[in-house]
Amino acid sequence: MNLRALLAALTGRQPSKEVAKERLRLVLVHDRASVAPEFLDKIKEEMIAVISKYMEIDESNTVINMHHAEGTAVLEANLAVKKIKRSVNT
Amino acid sequence: MGEVIVITSGKGGVGKTTTTANLGVGLVLAKKKVVLIDADIGLRNLDVVMGLENRIVYDLVDVVEGHCRVKQALIRDKRFENLFLLPAAQTRDKNAVSPEQMKKLSLELKEEYDFILVDCPAGIEQGFRNAIAGADRALIVTTPEVSAVRDADRIIGLLEAAEIKTFHLIINRLRPEMVKRGDMLDIDDILEILAIDLIGVIPDDEKIIISTNRGEQVAANANDSPAGKAYTNIVRRLLGETVPIMDFYQNQSFFSRLKKFIGLGG
Ligand SMILES: Nc1ncnc2c1ncn2[C@@H]1O[C@H](COP(=O)(O)OP(=O)(O)O)[C@@H](O)[C@H]1O
Ligand SMILES: [Mg+2]
Repeated sequence: MNLRALLAALTGRQPSKEVAKERLRLVLVHDRASVAPEFLDKIKEEMIAVISKYMEIDESNTVINMHHAEGTAVLEANLAVKKIKRSVNT
Repeated sequence: MGEVIVITSGKGGVGKTTTTANLGVGLVLAKKKVVLIDADIGLRNLDVVMGLENRIVYDLVDVVEGHCRVKQALIRDKRFENLFLLPAAQTRDKNAVSPEQMKKLSLELKEEYDFILVDCPAGIEQGFRNAIAGADRALIVTTPEVSAVRDADRIIGLLEAAEIKTFHLIINRLRPEMVKRGDMLDIDDILEILAIDLIGVIPDDEKIIISTNRGEQVAANANDSPAGKAYTNIVRRLLGETVPIMDFYQNQSFFSRLKKFIGLGG
């Protein structure tokens, strides 16, 4: 470990480029999701299709969105389940 | 048949106009016939960067509105006889030109010139749409900063949506000593985030400002400056040559090598 890295470790400050990179990564996840809402709609549609193999979903009560939480981007989906099938179709 | 290349970025001030001028000079030195179009209507710039501001008679809007023929509006460069500028209108707004008109103009110019470089305005509105309308290929300029890279990402999305299939990234104003001490995004960081092919890296170089002051381009004397060399490398890559990206982290002073040796450098 060189002196600079040691200093950084002692003071708990990351090099600014690491901070920049992390912030960029997060902001782009958010930008890309909000710039193309169709993209989230598509995920929603396909997710419902997959899950419908196992349970009946109330599509009108299904919400999917993207947000930040504690330094990570989170994809959150809330699906209202109407009924679960007795046996799984394969 | 020539090729239309748009130089774009989203964010302003990252080096689109400088890049357009230097690639133009570099391509002419590689024996190509080149037209530079300033598509930044209302904020004419490329003319002063090229040192041609006193020669303007007609502009882009005059051409698309049919007030003159294209040939009459093209200004020949002072030093290079195969380099021409089509200046932007200074007193009109972006809506004075339509994407269809740009497409038509591009097709006409492609008949006679090898390369048509379009200097795109900042932003993602009408001016951007006009600038990309006739483009076969795009070069996206960014600097190693969060806001510039973010805007580049947005532009890439819009280029994909506009079905411009070939595009490459230019990283401008890299400062190797800042990268080394961990205070600037590195080339690999940016490429990892944007996931796009790189066509060149231009170091931050005061020679750019000095030559721009005189209305000249560093690419005219490639061996006199790192930025001039870097632009010439991009030209060679545009022409299909494989040229490795310069190693910015070599040629260090004895002092910085000493610092590294005793563990002070990054
Ligand atoms: N590699 C570089 N090194 C130093 N200065 C630069 C470099 N690239 C651009 N500049 C300077 O940055 C400023 C903005 O550049 P410009 O090409 O006008 O950007 P844009 O057209 O994207 O708004 C100008 O003053 C230019 O001289
Ligand atoms: Mg400009």
